[in-house]
Amino acid sequence: MASYDVMPDVQLYQPAEMDDALELADRFGRDGWILGGGQDTYGWLKDRAKHPKAMIDLNGIEALRGVRKSDDGIEIGAVTTLREIIRNETVNAEYELLALAAGRVASPQIRNVGTLGGNLSQDARCWYYRRGLACYRAGGNICYADSPQGMNREHAVFGASRCVAVSPSDTAIAMVALDATMVVQSVDGERLVPAERFFVGPATHITKMTSMRPGEILTAVRIPSTWAGARFYFEKVADRDVWDFALVSIAAAMQVDNGTIGDSRIVCGGVACTPHRLRDAEKALAGKSLSDETAEFVAPLASRGAKPLNYNHFKLPLLENLLRRAVRG
Amino acid sequence: MNPNLSRRRFIKAVIASGAAAATHAGMPSALAAGAADDATKGGVERLMSLNINGKIRRVDVLPQETLAYTLRYKLGLTGTKIGCNRGECGACTVLVDDIPNYSCSTLTHSVRSRGVLTVEGLQAPDGTLHPVQQAFIDELAPQCGFCTPGQAMAAVGLLKDNPNPTREQARQALSGNLCRCGAYDNYLNGVMRAAGGKA
Ligand SMILES: Cc1cc2nc3c(=O)[nH]c(=O)nc-3n(C[C@H](O)[C@H](O)[C@H](O)COP(=O)(O)OP(=O)(O)OC[C@H]3O[C@@H](n4cnc5c(N)ncnc54)[C@H](O)[C@@H]3O)c2cc1C
Ligand code: SF4
Ligand code: FES
Ligand code: FES
Repeated sequence: MASYDVMPDVQLYQPAEMDDALELADRFGRDGWILGGGQDTYGWLKDRAKHPKAMIDLNGIEALRGVRKSDDGIEIGAVTTLREIIRNETVNAEYELLALAAGRVASPQIRNVGTLGGNLSQDARCWYYRRGLACYRAGGNICYADSPQGMNREHAVFGASRCVAVSPSDTAIAMVALDATMVVQSVDGERLVPAERFFVGPATHITKMTSMRPGEILTAVRIPSTWAGARFYFEKVADRDVWDFALVSIAAAMQVDNGTIGDSRIVCGGVACTPHRLRDAEKALAGKSLSDETAEFVAPLASRGAKPLNYNHFKLPLLENLLRRAVRG
Repeated sequence: MNPNLSRRRFIKAVIASGAAAATHAGMPSALAAGAADDATKGGVERLMSLNINGKIRRVDVLPQETLAYTLRYKLGLTGTKIGCNRGECGACTVLVDDIPNYSCSTLTHSVRSRGVLTVEGLQAPDGTLHPVQQAFIDELAPQCGFCTPGQAMAAVGLLKDNPNPTREQARQALSGNLCRCGAYDNYLNGVMRAAGGKA
């Protein structure tokens, strides 16, 4: 693969006002590239694997920064850094699941500048695609990972459709578990998208990871108070503790009363192209105690329906074990 | 700051950044930026001032240029190393407003109104090494030395934020810096020594 020391020729805009950013995003459309911390951007550009004409840097827009309390929960601006989220008092006191997830992203330096919006909107990490090969996700008509000789240790066991890449974002699973809503703006106005519908799989859009369209900007994420102070469990298994994406991860939010589980959200990363909810397990957990018996009872539900590829069968026991650990009390 | 020195540095920076900067230097800013229309919408001006190690440096910066590139190839600050050039090694770590950043993955235009500290800015004016640098030497941390500037900046960033870290906190803070020679424990010992605790 050609790798270059320098960035390619690309324009840079640093608007201070949201309206200017929206206008720029509209003007450039598919040729525009929204810039948060840039940590999932510069690799694409240096490798000459993506070719935007202009970067639209959101960091100068104050209104997009910070964690605010709202009528029902909190609202986090899209350019709030992961560092700010990890250190935020309210997040730690009430929505610790998000702080735990953000704390496991990449490395300290990447968390220092990487934004929530960028983390949620980041592209797939399939190495064939990242190399700039013309696979389905890049608009071509072959999947290199799901071929007889394809290396697919990191790939999906659920929900594949031609493309078998997985959702790489650590905060995405926390957002789905917390029933968050994404605030998406364009020159035409604002739309609210529930986290579960924000992330899309290859059957819906094979070249995109989210339901955002060219010209749209994710401005904020709203987390309702539904799960504030609930019992949380987050664990990410990766080959290395730093700079590495989840092989399998789990984000769980559970209402627990006197040791008995009520409503719950159990969401896994690294196993499907979108955050993957374990709905059967959620149903089965209702009314059960947090205990080893419950763990044994629900664990097999985690991998039910999975379709492993040549090299990723190991994800099934991993998935079951993470669910066990989340509910064993 | 010595005004003569800063003036010389200014001239050096303009020369180092090539003829394009020299011709733009005398132009109205809107012209230098290209289209005036873009400037109003947030288009960037190439000729900019940077605050590097407490000194203001004027330099001509391409819109897409990374901070590591500007530091090394335009300002001659080659203490900042480029290892991977893609956020995976930490050799290029510098502080931006006291926070560790990978300069290979930071646009120079994004640090315009902020303070950048590189390894060159650590020692005192009389040449006395920063406590972190001295502690690294005392603990025999640098082996080949390539990762050392990055390790030093990550360590200084930690101690600015938390002057008395536990060893585990120090390990976390330096976890974004690879050392191909494997001198991790020596670097950690150095951080703990610089923090005043026992290594
Ligand atoms: C070595 C390495 C290791 C990594 N490890 C992890 C990991 O373990 N876990 C993990 O989750 N991620 C990881 N990442 C991916 C990425 O760096 C982080 O997810 C980071 O948080 C991305 O945020 P950013 O603001 O820097 O993104 P950017 O690069 O700025 O943006 C990423 C994408 O989102 C789009 N975008 C950004 N903001 C918006 C917005 N507000 N509206 C619409 N679109 C937007 C951009 O156009 C771009 O396509 C890693 C990256 C590297 C280089
Ligand atoms: S898994 Fe998806 S991204 Fe990877 S090669 Fe196949 S189609 Fe491309
Ligand atoms: S050179 Fe910047 S992280 Fe490796
Ligand atoms: S001392 Fe050689 S890479 Fe760290």
